Amino acid sequence: MSVDTETVAKIAALARIKLGEDELAGMVPELNAILGWVEQLGEVDVTGIEPMTAVIENTLRLRADAINADPLTGGDRRDDILANAPVAEHGFFGVPKVIE
Amino acid sequence: MSEYRIQGATGEWEVVIGLEVHAQIKTNAKLFSGAATEFGAEPNTQVSLIDAAMPGMLPVPNEECIRQAVRTGMAINAQINKYSRFDRKNYFYADLPQGYQISQLYHPIVGPGAIEVILDDKDPEGSTKTIGVERIHVEQDAGKLMHDQHPTMSYVDLNRCGVALMEIVSDPDMRSPAEAGAYVRKLRSILRYVGSCDGNMEEGSMRADVNVSVRKPGEPFGTRTETKNVNSVRFVMQTIEHEANRQVDVIESGGAIVQETRLFDPNTGTTRSMRSKEDAHDYRYFPDPDLLPVELDDGFLESCRNSLPELPDAKRHRYETNLGLSAYNAGVLTAEVETARWFEHLLNHTAAKQGKKESEVAKQAANWLISELFGALNKVGTDLAASPVSPEGAAGLLALIGNGTISGSIAKQVLEMMIETGDSAADIVEREGLKQESDTGAIEAKIAEVLAANEDKVAEYRGGKDKLFGFFVGQTMKAMQGKANPQVVNELLKKLLG
Amino acid sequence: MADLTELGVAAIRDGVANGDFSAVEVAEAFNANVAAAGELNAFIVATPDAALDAAKATDAKRAKGEALGKMGGVPIGMKDLFATRGVQTSAASHILEGFTPEYESTVSQKLWDAGAGMLGKLNLDQFAMGSSNETSHFGNVVNPWKRNDGSDAALAPGGSSGGSSAAVAARLCPAATGTDTGGSIRQPAAFTGITGIKPTYGRCSRWGIVAFASSLDQAGPMARDVRDCTIMLEAMAGFDAKDSTSLELPVPDWEAGLSADMKGKRVGIPREYRMDGMDADVAKSWDDGIAWLKDAGAEIVEINLPHTKYALPAYYIIAPAEASSNLARYDGVRYGLRDLPEGAGLQDMYAATRAAGFGAEVKRRILIGTYVLSAGFYDAYYTQAQKVRTLISHDFKNAFNECDVILAPTCPSAAFALGEKTNDPLSMYLNDVFAVPASLAGLPAMSVPAGLNREGLPLGLQLIGKAFDEQGVLNAGLALEQAAGFSGKLEKWW
Ligand SMILES: [Mg+2]
Ligand SMILES: [Zn+2]
Repeated sequence: MSVDTETVAKIAALARIKLGEDELAGMVPELNAILGWVEQLGEVDVTGIEPMTAVIENTLRLRADAINADPLTGGDRRDDILANAPVAEHGFFGVPKVIE
Repeated sequence: MSEYRIQGATGEWEVVIGLEVHAQIKTNAKLFSGAATEFGAEPNTQVSLIDAAMPGMLPVPNEECIRQAVRTGMAINAQINKYSRFDRKNYFYADLPQGYQISQLYHPIVGPGAIEVILDDKDPEGSTKTIGVERIHVEQDAGKLMHDQHPTMSYVDLNRCGVALMEIVSDPDMRSPAEAGAYVRKLRSILRYVGSCDGNMEEGSMRADVNVSVRKPGEPFGTRTETKNVNSVRFVMQTIEHEANRQVDVIESGGAIVQETRLFDPNTGTTRSMRSKEDAHDYRYFPDPDLLPVELDDGFLESCRNSLPELPDAKRHRYETNLGLSAYNAGVLTAEVETARWFEHLLNHTAAKQGKKESEVAKQAANWLISELFGALNKVGTDLAASPVSPEGAAGLLALIGNGTISGSIAKQVLEMMIETGDSAADIVEREGLKQESDTGAIEAKIAEVLAANEDKVAEYRGGKDKLFGFFVGQTMKAMQGKANPQVVNELLKKLLG
Repeated sequence: MADLTELGVAAIRDGVANGDFSAVEVAEAFNANVAAAGELNAFIVATPDAALDAAKATDAKRAKGEALGKMGGVPIGMKDLFATRGVQTSAASHILEGFTPEYESTVSQKLWDAGAGMLGKLNLDQFAMGSSNETSHFGNVVNPWKRNDGSDAALAPGGSSGGSSAAVAARLCPAATGTDTGGSIRQPAAFTGITGIKPTYGRCSRWGIVAFASSLDQAGPMARDVRDCTIMLEAMAGFDAKDSTSLELPVPDWEAGLSADMKGKRVGIPREYRMDGMDADVAKSWDDGIAWLKDAGAEIVEINLPHTKYALPAYYIIAPAEASSNLARYDGVRYGLRDLPEGAGLQDMYAATRAAGFGAEVKRRILIGTYVLSAGFYDAYYTQAQKVRTLISHDFKNAFNECDVILAPTCPSAAFALGEKTNDPLSMYLNDVFAVPASLAGLPAMSVPAGLNREGLPLGLQLIGKAFDEQGVLNAGLALEQAAGFSGKLEKWW
């Protein structure tokens, strides 16, 4: 499978990365080289093989339904949440106006 | 119930409806973080580093969310999947800090189930319909955008971000706004019984994505539109009504329906296209590599099952067969878990106070609750949840009726006073002197007066005009100022006239 | 006094505990080396005060007779992928430039709790994507090693933990943290003549580490020798309830278990790793390693890892796919760079911010990842790669029925020159051909210096162990280390 300029532009839009024309033109052969190379995976017979889900045998731990049991995973820290925000006003993050 | 059809210029159209209901799971903390879920907090105060998707943050699932989803699945007799997984749904939006929603696409926790709805509340013995539920999966809610606080900016509040939702996806089994309304009401009732969601649609803890298409009866499904986040039963019905008619108009005027996301406007009762969400959808779902598969063991499932309460259908059935209630009464009393709880409380106290079995007082209690208490509460503009009369207090009133202390008509006055003052029935009856006379001597004396004053009618009665019996009862009761035990009056009259 | 910066973790820990020198003296000596090594560009941010504060705390504890911790008095470098409270955490990217977290990663916190101090935040490939440290927004790191041909070519320190490898090799710190997604600890360790171990997936918490590919990322120590790595790994590892892939296992006393005696151990030599056209020096160092382990008492067995050839292509589907999603959060809304062109809407802001904030390699991988997950391609690429990954994992399971630990080269070559592979992404990717299989299978794997090639550059040997068997890897590493007698001594030119 090879990608053309239009496809790469579509993928870049999906990934929200604005590509200039030169960048886009440069990216097409690079992606094609990589995609062409990974396609050798198609040779592998995977009949009856499950895709890997857990790297190391392990089961999902569930946590208790407690509020703010650990400050690192709890709420009540608005200042910390907003500390690095490019725009924060009145306790909110600010973004360019969205029309729904 | 007749079939719902839209009359178009080219003939009749059938509407096909499927609902995706998002129900907030009743938990203290969020699905993957320890931040609180309470409604109405100051912006961004209930946000953890995880919810704000700070670099390096990781999700750890809340057990209660899994438990409640499983219990909900069990309540609709659905397949419970012992193996499920969380997937990422990738898209960019300001209310979605991670750039993906953690949801379940490939392996949802709950598989196919069903919900039975009664199509007409007024006619519980009329037709029922089974609506298929395709699946229930657990996922994160998004944050909230405010558009009207600043001239050029939208404000982002992440308090809701990461709150646990169940997405309950129906089959496209509904064919009218009324069916969809009945389905949402029944689903809400089940969720409240189970305790997995408070069903509060105004606060957004339950909302529906409404999928609507139209077709000529018997033809294949048409193209559907999805109207997002409709937050009341009435709005769901309005959405369908409007959307179906709009689609018929579009098709009949030569257009085609585009599969799109729409928005319901409660002010106009109409839907409109939601352009902001219409750019090429490609969510690139894949299993969340931060999370292992959810594997449930038999012990966990067993404890979920054991914790389930009696559900509305079973309860209604039991009320009818064991308590002998009418289908209508059983339906009314079981529709909402709070009503059923109130009724069962009342039943319990009534039986105890009267030294009878619950089945012996059930009809009295049910009738009184539905015809007397509901009406009286309605009159003062309140409901059962806020009733000034407790089930125990009401049982006191029913006991006074049951043992003949007061008559049914006096009981109405007593109830009104109970609601007004909060005093017990016994106190009111005592204070107001409403106790009914059962002393045969006093009643016999009054009857004698009545008969003496109406000798002509006594003669007519004895001559065969049986209908006059009621007249004598009425006169006696009047003479007793309503406080005579009607049963005693009846017996004595029969004896004295006989 | 002898030069304290010639000491490693164990020597500093013991010296401070014995009162041979103070922790402050150690911190000051390393701070001075960091300050004098600007040419190497190993640090993005130096934090001399943090190092001194931690040292003072250690000295005060010692004065009071309190226990000093596993890393008591040892100053270290922190890869700038770990969130450090109050100190810029950039992942060597422009998009996170200036980002100062209000939280500390689990692993760095454990190190501070064990008595370590922070010399600074180390340079790396941007978002850990690269094998030469040339994708950093803050410029490349220079390998302190030079070829002996007099060419004076500046060499790559390896990547992505290139700041870590260069800093340890150049004695700017006795040890540093690294992270390894597809070789990012082992390959730079090999390129700079130091030791580094990636433990079993789940040993070290990922909480607070800027994510690259979640199912592969693992933190680990990089230091001068096996014992130093062992000590530091003990301090870094351990269960963390905040990471649901964290292993709920006690951390063994690996240091106490260290032994170079390989009697009764079977060492597997994978046939498939002996590739056509293999670098002669690399092949020779591998043969040396086999001989050394045999001398140490091990039985050598040939093993098969039949799907080896497919590991790298599978990795270059899985890692970019996960990365494309993990990096979606860098959108200019809550932290980091925001590029808001005149009149731009929200989605334009995302596209502009991400265009300006990500480097070329990061963009390339996000695009690959986005493509392989997109509608119609998901099964052919991603699902297929995850199935191949299962097969690779099975290969190792089968092999470990026949051996206890696997020996292989770490890299196909010694350090290459800066700029040599930047125009050819694929040739850069091929550098990790020996490292990636263990990453895909989540197995513990270590690189130990085995000697120099004919150009005078260090070569590394890799040991891959069974899941949870860090001890077996460390012990085989110790056996190699003792036989190799590698000094790591460098001519200081910076
Ligand atoms: Mg949906
Ligand atoms: Zn949903």
